[in-house]
Amino acid sequence: MEALTALIIGLLVAAAIYLMLARNFLRFLFGLILLSNAANLVIFAAGRMTAGAPALVPYGQDAPVGVVGNALPQALVLTAIVIGFGLLAFTLALAFEAHRRLRTMETDRMRYAEPVEERK
Amino acid sequence: MTSWLLALPIVIPFATAVVAYLVRLSPAGRWVSLAGSALALVAAVALLLEVLDQGVVATQMSNWPAPFGITLVADFLGVVMVVITAITGLATAIYALGEIPERLERLGYHALFQTLLAGVTGAFLTGDVFNLYVWFEVMLISSFGLLVLGGSREQLDAGIKYVALNLVSTLVFLFGIGMLYGVTGTLNMADLRAAVAAVENQELVTVIAMLFMVGFGVKAAVFPLFFWLPASYHTPNFAVSAVFAGLLTKVGVYALMRMFTLVFVGDVGFTHEILIWVSALTMLTGVLGAAAQTDFRKILSFHIISQIGYMTLGLALYTPLAIMGGVFYLVHHIIVKANLFLVSGVADRLAGGTDLNRIGGLYKSSPLLAALFVIPAFSLAGFPPLSGFWAKYLIVKASIELEAWTIAFVALLVGALTTFSMTKIWGMAFWKPHPDGYDPTPDRAPGRVRVPMMIPIIGLAAMTIVIGFFPEPFVRFAEIAAMQLLDPAAYVEAVLGARPEAPPAGMQPDLSPAGQPAPADPAGQQPVVRP
Repeated sequence: MEALTALIIGLLVAAAIYLMLARNFLRFLFGLILLSNAANLVIFAAGRMTAGAPALVPYGQDAPVGVVGNALPQALVLTAIVIGFGLLAFTLALAFEAHRRLRTMETDRMRYAEPVEERK
Repeated sequence: MTSWLLALPIVIPFATAVVAYLVRLSPAGRWVSLAGSALALVAAVALLLEVLDQGVVATQMSNWPAPFGITLVADFLGVVMVVITAITGLATAIYALGEIPERLERLGYHALFQTLLAGVTGAFLTGDVFNLYVWFEVMLISSFGLLVLGGSREQLDAGIKYVALNLVSTLVFLFGIGMLYGVTGTLNMADLRAAVAAVENQELVTVIAMLFMVGFGVKAAVFPLFFWLPASYHTPNFAVSAVFAGLLTKVGVYALMRMFTLVFVGDVGFTHEILIWVSALTMLTGVLGAAAQTDFRKILSFHIISQIGYMTLGLALYTPLAIMGGVFYLVHHIIVKANLFLVSGVADRLAGGTDLNRIGGLYKSSPLLAALFVIPAFSLAGFPPLSGFWAKYLIVKASIELEAWTIAFVALLVGALTTFSMTKIWGMAFWKPHPDGYDPTPDRAPGRVRVPMMIPIIGLAAMTIVIGFFPEPFVRFAEIAAMQLLDPAAYVEAVLGARPEAPPAGMQPDLSPAGQPAPADPAGQQPVVRP
């Protein structure tokens, strides 16, 4: 289980980096989304995998019975997913607005803030 | 009581943000923001007095005992950063009264600004690594908003680069957090100190430390990770770039200082050696980049980078004197750099631009502004008796004591090159006549704009002078802060309470998949939740 997760994380990171090397900002953003998912998986795997043992407290009791999955990384991943979703939604909106106003998605041609200086 | 003292500097800006958002369509928003910033400063000073009195103070949110809950903790470094954040916040809130147009206020400028302050303050006060990540995100999302607010082409272009690189750094940081939790089973910073030292595979810890270094390094804009900064800081409103320049990169430096004195100290010879050379290159590339620029704000942006090098150098040399210098530098730099950006805003209003080739004549028409530029500019370059001199003196002295001659030489050289850039601004913006024969007299900006813009500049310049002429209490404060950083026993004790160094066996994650202790297992450690 751990080995498989590690492989998936590796694949996600490789794909993310491939996409992020592109000049097109939208591809970069897709890469970022994959990387964000890989990070979430790392946190999840860091809590150790316990198959079929959800961290649930039986009705009427104060503590879970027996060995259960680690609930903390799940809470962390949940937080990270929500935050990541917010940030990526903002970035997508920014990309859209940039495309509308700058008429390009190529980062090489985004030279408004740092214009190319003419050589003397 | 203590828990309120620790929480208020975060709660006040958040509450202010909510109210400011609700009244964003009326001119009341700016006054709400101003009042909130003033209140936050009062709360920060109250916390400072408490820390001066008690030493390190800590509190557990919702009374979940550490290391399970989220801890807020203030030591000398943390509290001075909170105070300086509140001061910068108040200064820019006053400045915004004059500078920020109503159009941006309607878009929620003040709410974003206060959320940014809340995020920065939270990052300085938290004692939990994951919570630090959350505060980073609060800070990031509001800075994204502030950066592109108004939506000019330059801002959108700058926004793309700023957002992209900062998100990558955030993810690297998140990877680091995941791995750190995986090897230690805790995320409480004080608890991590013992837990990280107890990890068998120290090489893995070093790898994780490097992930943190890269993640924080991007935020702090160190070489070679700084490219987002000069691409973006010259595009938003001046009040925004002043608060960015003063605070955002310093959060990265603070996080480096915290993690690399409290947690990642197992392989100082490797990690801190890297930081030394990173710092030297940061100083050099920043100052050389500035020399090539001819825009007021672009020059200042590159100087942020070069100055960051001094602060990380203080951490990297890792002696009491060096860290003390780093802390002193951090505080001095926030005041001076924010002030320079504020000055550039007034120069823009009076002379009609920030491109040094197209402006001039400011000295003749506004000698007060010229005097107020000279103070932070020469403080930045390190001229005695201004605050920057003492900051540079401590760092250079620390490197000479270690016989790190190259580093000491670089630090001094960068100081000299800083003077070059500052005199360039002085000569081109203030001394030479305006190229268009335009007279940048103060009445180019109406009084209701000019007065609120000048008040914070005068205030911050006065602080620079006070620190310069009476450095002793500040240096002593920095000395105690450095002692606490190098020997965090008081910090650990304030967070975890007096208890044996090694954490109980139940808190170490078991490597066998089925051996994970149930969350409620450590008997009696956790409050029992009753339905």
